[in-house]
Amino acid sequence: MIKEIDLYARQKRLAWFLIMPSVIVVLLIIAYPTIQVLVYSLLKYKLDGVTPPSFVGFDNFAFVLSDPDWWSAVSNTLIFTVVSVALESILGLGIAMVANSKFKGRTLLRVAILVPWAIPTVVSAQVWRWMVNDIYGVVNIVLTDLHILPQKIAWLATPATALPVIIAVDVWKATPFMALLLLAGLQLIPKDLYEAGSIDGATKIRQFWAITLPLVTPTLLVALIFRTLDALRVFDIFYVMVGGQGNMATMAVYNQQQLISFLDAGVGSATSVIILIVIMLFVIMYTRFSRTSFE
Amino acid sequence: MSNYQLPPYGRIVPRSFLAAAAAVFMPAALYAGVTIHFAGDSDVDYISRPNDASATLQLFQQYWAAKSGDVDVYMIDVIWQGIAAAHATDLKKYVKDDEIKDFFPRIIENNTVKGKLVSLPLYTDAGVLYYRTDLLEKYGYKEPPKTWEELAEMAKKIQDGERQAGKADFQGFVFEGKASESVTCNAIEWVYSYGGGTIIDPDRKVTINNPNAIKALEAAKNWVGTISPQGVVSYGEEEARNIWQAGNAAFMRNWPYAYALGQDPKSVISGKFAATVVPKGGADGKNAACLGGWQLMVSAYSKNADAAADLARFLCSAEIQKRRAVDLSELPTRPEVYKDPDVLAKNPWFANAVDILNNAIARPSTVTGADYNQVSTVFFQSVNKVLTGGESSQQAVTDVERVAKRIVK
Repeated sequence: MIKEIDLYARQKRLAWFLIMPSVIVVLLIIAYPTIQVLVYSLLKYKLDGVTPPSFVGFDNFAFVLSDPDWWSAVSNTLIFTVVSVALESILGLGIAMVANSKFKGRTLLRVAILVPWAIPTVVSAQVWRWMVNDIYGVVNIVLTDLHILPQKIAWLATPATALPVIIAVDVWKATPFMALLLLAGLQLIPKDLYEAGSIDGATKIRQFWAITLPLVTPTLLVALIFRTLDALRVFDIFYVMVGGQGNMATMAVYNQQQLISFLDAGVGSATSVIILIVIMLFVIMYTRFSRTSFE
Repeated sequence: MSNYQLPPYGRIVPRSFLAAAAAVFMPAALYAGVTIHFAGDSDVDYISRPNDASATLQLFQQYWAAKSGDVDVYMIDVIWQGIAAAHATDLKKYVKDDEIKDFFPRIIENNTVKGKLVSLPLYTDAGVLYYRTDLLEKYGYKEPPKTWEELAEMAKKIQDGERQAGKADFQGFVFEGKASESVTCNAIEWVYSYGGGTIIDPDRKVTINNPNAIKALEAAKNWVGTISPQGVVSYGEEEARNIWQAGNAAFMRNWPYAYALGQDPKSVISGKFAATVVPKGGADGKNAACLGGWQLMVSAYSKNADAAADLARFLCSAEIQKRRAVDLSELPTRPEVYKDPDVLAKNPWFANAVDILNNAIARPSTVTGADYNQVSTVFFQSVNKVLTGGESSQQAVTDVERVAKRIVK
C-alpha cells in the first residue's frame, strides 16, 4: 500500500517535471502579457513618453462602450464574420468534394485552389482595391462594358457596397483553406460506407446527408473555429481597403487606432480586453456545441 | 555646391550631406527619416515613409515611443509640433537667432513649443485651386471661379460638355475626400471660407458647431456624385492628381507640388492649367488656404545630434530651397527665395504665394498639442461620413464638438 502511494507521488513529480518547460513558456508568453494588458486597461496611460500613467478604474471601458464608433466596429465585425465564414464553409465543402473525387488533373487542381491563400493578405487586398477602383478599376470597366451596370460604382466609398466587396475578397482568399481542411476530413471517411449505401439504394444526395456530412462534421467544426476566430480578429483587409473610414472599422482596426494612432495604451488595452471577452464567448459557444454533438 | 559653407559657422559640408540633398530632390513621398552613420561606406541613409501623412505619423510615433536612436532627422508635418516636441532636440542650441530670422516668423512661431524650437521649416504648403485654362476658355469663362458656387456651376457645364464629347470619365472637380489628414485640410478650407471658423479657435474655444460650418459641409456633400466622382471620398492627394494629370478633370484642389508635375513637358496638361486661390464660400465668404508644410526635426534620441542639426540646417538653406522651388514647385520657407528670378520664371504664381501664405489658415494644432491627432481624426471621419451620406452635417459637427471639448477643456 505504502509502496503504491510512493510510486504514485513519484509519477506525479515526474509529470510536473516534464510539463514544467511548457508551463514556464506559457506563463511567459501568454499569461504575462495578458495580465499586463489587464493592468493597463485600468490606467490612463498615454504612450507619448511624457505623461505618467495614473489609475482610473473602469473609465477606459466606459469610454469604449459608449463610443458609437466601437459599436459600428462590432456590428461590421459580426456581419463580416457570420457571412464570410458561412460562405467559405459551403463553398469550401463543395470544392473539397470535387477535389476528393477521382479525375484527371486532380493534383493540379489541389495546388491551384491554394493560390489565393498563399498570397499575403496585404498584397491581395491592395490588388483588389485597385481592381475595384471607381474610375480605373477593371471590375467597373468589365461590368459597364457588358452593360450589367449602367455606370461605374465607387465600391469602397460607402459601407453598403464596401462590406460586400470585402466579404467577397475574404471568401476568395479563405475558401481554399477551408477546402483543404475539409478535404483531409473527407479522405478519412471509409469508402465501404458509400458502397454499403449504394447497395441499400441510397441516392447520392441521401449519401451526402447521411454519410458525408455527419462524418465530416468534426473536421468542419475545427475549421469553423479557426476561421471564426480569424474573422473576428480581422484587420489587414479592412485596413488596406477602407483604412481610416470611421464607420468601416472592425474591432481590431478600432483597437489599432486607439493604441497606435492615439498612443492611448489605456483605452487600447481596454479594447483588447473587450475583444478577448467577445472571442471567449464564441469559443465557449463552439465547445458547448461540439460537446453536445459528440457525447 | 561642393564647398557650400554653413553660415554662420563656416563649416564645410561633408560629402554625405550633398548626397542627402540629392535625395531630397526626389518627390516628397519618397523620404522622411534620415539616419546618419559615421562608419562604413554610406554616410546617410533614408527611410521612406507611407505617402499618407496619418500613416507616417503612426510610424514615427512608434520610433518615438521606443525612444529609438535609429533615425536622426525626421521630416515632420507642420501640425505635429505638439506631438513631436517631447522627442525633439531644441534646435535653438544649434541655430543662431540671425539664421532663424531668415525664415517666415509665422512658421518659426508654429514650430516653437514652450520656448523649444522643435524643427526647421524645409518647405511650406498652402492649398491651391488648379484650373484648366484651355477648358475655361472653351466653355466661355474668362476667369477662374471666385466662389464655390461659381466653381460648381462651371465644373458642371464643363463636365457635361466633355462627357458629351466622348470623355465618359471626365470629372468637374477633384479634391481629397479620404478619411485621413487629407480631408481635414480640404474641409477646414470649406468651413473657414463660409465663415465657419477653424474647429477650435486660438483661445481654446470649440467653434465647429455653427450654421456656417454646416452650410460648408452641405455644399461639399452636394459635389460628390455631381461634379466630383463618388470615389472622391477615398481619394488622397495622389489619387486626385492621377485623374487631374491624365487630363480628366477641370478643377483640382491640391498642394503646390502638383504644379511642377503637371507642367512637366511630358504631361498631357502641360501649359494648359494655372493655379489660384481656393474659392470663397458665397460672395461674402473668405478665401482660405490650409497651411501645410514639412519641417526637419532632430531626434532627442539621436546619437549624432551635432551632425544631424548641421544636416537639417543645410537642407533648409536658401540654396537648397531655391532648387526645390525650381525643380519641385515647393514653397520656400525663406521670404528672400521668392524674389529669386529663376524661381519666379519657373513658377510665375509664386509672386502671389507670399500673400496666400500670409492669409493661410492653420489647423488647430497649437491649442491641441499632443492631442491634435484625436481632434483631426474625429473631424476627418465625420466629414468623410457626411460626404458618403452616412451622417448628417449637423450630426457631424456635434460629434466633432463633443470630442474637441473633451480635449481642450
